[in-house]
Amino acid sequence: MENKSDKPSEPCACQAGGEKSSRRDFLLKVGVGLNVVAGGLVAAPILGYALSSFAEKPDLQWIDLGEVDAFPVGKTRLATYDNPLRRSWDGATAEIPCWVRRKGDGDFTVFAINCTHLGCPVRWFEESRLFMCPCHGGAFYEDGSHASGPPPRGLYTYEHKVENGRLFVKGGILPTLANPNI
Amino acid sequence: MSEQPKSPPPVAARAIEAARGVFLWLDDRLKISNLWEHTAGHMIPKSSASWFYVFGSATLLCLMLQLVTGTLLALVYVPSGAEAYATLEYLTHEQPLGWFLRAMHYWGSEFMVTIMFLHMTQVFLFGAYKYPREITWISGCVLMLVTLGLAFTGQVMRFDEDAYWGLGIGAAIMGRVPIIGEQLVHLMLGGPIIASETLSRFFAIHVFILPGTILAIVALHLRMVLTKGINEYPKPGHVVRRETYQKEYDAIIKKEGIPFAPHGIGKDLIAASVVMGGILFCAAVFGPKGPTGPPFPSEIDVVPRPDFFFMWIFAVAALMPDWMESFALLAVPPVVILALFALPFVNGFGEKHWSRRPVAVMTVVLVYVAFGVLTYLGITSPWSPQMQAWTGDVTPADKVAGRSPLELQGLVVLQYKQCRNCHAIDGIGGHRGPDLADVGTRLTAPQLARQVIQGGGNMPAYGKNLSPAQVDALVAYMTSLVPSGEAPARDSTIPAEPQSKPTAALR
Repeated sequence: MENKSDKPSEPCACQAGGEKSSRRDFLLKVGVGLNVVAGGLVAAPILGYALSSFAEKPDLQWIDLGEVDAFPVGKTRLATYDNPLRRSWDGATAEIPCWVRRKGDGDFTVFAINCTHLGCPVRWFEESRLFMCPCHGGAFYEDGSHASGPPPRGLYTYEHKVENGRLFVKGGILPTLANPNI
Repeated sequence: MSEQPKSPPPVAARAIEAARGVFLWLDDRLKISNLWEHTAGHMIPKSSASWFYVFGSATLLCLMLQLVTGTLLALVYVPSGAEAYATLEYLTHEQPLGWFLRAMHYWGSEFMVTIMFLHMTQVFLFGAYKYPREITWISGCVLMLVTLGLAFTGQVMRFDEDAYWGLGIGAAIMGRVPIIGEQLVHLMLGGPIIASETLSRFFAIHVFILPGTILAIVALHLRMVLTKGINEYPKPGHVVRRETYQKEYDAIIKKEGIPFAPHGIGKDLIAASVVMGGILFCAAVFGPKGPTGPPFPSEIDVVPRPDFFFMWIFAVAALMPDWMESFALLAVPPVVILALFALPFVNGFGEKHWSRRPVAVMTVVLVYVAFGVLTYLGITSPWSPQMQAWTGDVTPADKVAGRSPLELQGLVVLQYKQCRNCHAIDGIGGHRGPDLADVGTRLTAPQLARQVIQGGGNMPAYGKNLSPAQVDALVAYMTSLVPSGEAPARDSTIPAEPQSKPTAALR
């Protein structure tokens, strides 16, 4: 309202007061614009850093689980490997366990330790030939298939190979339903 | 008396005068009295200075204590996969009063979550979320979420085997998210696997992000208390209307308003001291929680369990049918949170008093009963196999005595094949499956053989794992498990024996 009475017609807009206010408007707009640009430039590395693990694909490597002969035929044994993607300050958490089943001579299956329900460590029971989970009562048969309880699928398995009498698995990630292929 | 004006003022009076001068000077610069009048000294309805209204300030007190004890713990704690456990041990056993500060922080969190929910319950039952306190309620709901976030990330700070597998459970839930599940798991863990970066990440969330957030939202929450006033003590029949409420509230304040400090704060102060006493008592008597074993994932002889307030979720995860599980874990929490946020808009007017709001009362009762039952189930975990039952649990003498060699052989099979990890006998053993003490009254020999060989009804099939002779022995033993005076199970397709010869009498 006041503005209208101050600036009744066009020419007066060029007067001192009007000029100043349009200059301030301009500065405000430039300021906001520059900050949008600068803010974007600041946000890019911040988000890139914070979300790097969101986008990154892990580089899986072959891991030596040891001599094939360490795993007797017909048995399922716990094996432990050092996380290939470990950091020097990982400490205990780098020691990853897995279940190695040797059905025949060269017939191996390597299961992840994590129950497919909610990730707790399953235990092998030789006598009943079952993997049992201590959290919600999931059970799996010796071939990893679902036996009972809430797990939505059988145990996760590792890609594996035998070379020069040694067993290798590809690992380094935590298997989940979203990423069941270790 | 008459002499006093003439004599010089005594020292004490001069000191008071000087202090008054200092205060007035400070007040002129800092405007303390003005600030006081508009914050701690704000007017509240006299009726709101009630014992029911102490939970909010008590929760805030817990937060303050958590900030102090947490900061002190951070002086020693090292958030590194390689060091965290060692520093926890050091804190617990070597650092002077380290165990007590750990205990205070742990019990402080238990008190904070508990009192926060009492506060929320009271606010809900007293209709305090209604018009015009929508933002007070919503900010309170956000505070609840942040507090639970602090509780969850706090469990991880106690970097032991439970923390490790707790992270595994969190990752497994994330992994159920469609499309971006894998990426979310990596984002949560700071990489493809639980490792040191996971701990660093949770540490940053626990000590920087969430405390900063909670302080900001507490400020908003308290600001709303100042702008819209504390809820008056509700009366049955007193209805909230958009047109009249503010006038009515202003009238209450005018008629019977008292300043929160000092006239309305007494009960809050007493509650605060009780809460501090409770935390100190629990810390001194029960001590800190854990740490349990070090976070070696290769030590798989563990029974991971969450802290108390997440036990109900743990129980829900065990009891839900498979088909609804991912949906329930992922979709239900957002729906519940949205429902909480929407509450003041859906139910913003009308009666406030609980005696006129049966649905509200029933909701509270239902939630508390469900929470209690699920927590109890989570603690007892009847669905979990008892891993040591087959080696450790005895068989009651009356379930052995008088058995034939074949039946005894069956008992050995039952024990050795780990049936008892899931099946108790007279309550001894696992509770995943039914107790076998009277299984002979429920299933006939062919039914037992079928169940053992084929499994079903949540029981694994043992056909590949038992020889026919073992199955025979096992079935023979189980058919002998008939309590005296009860009849054994019989095939309903075969006509019953004449009444005069009850089969149970044979044994």
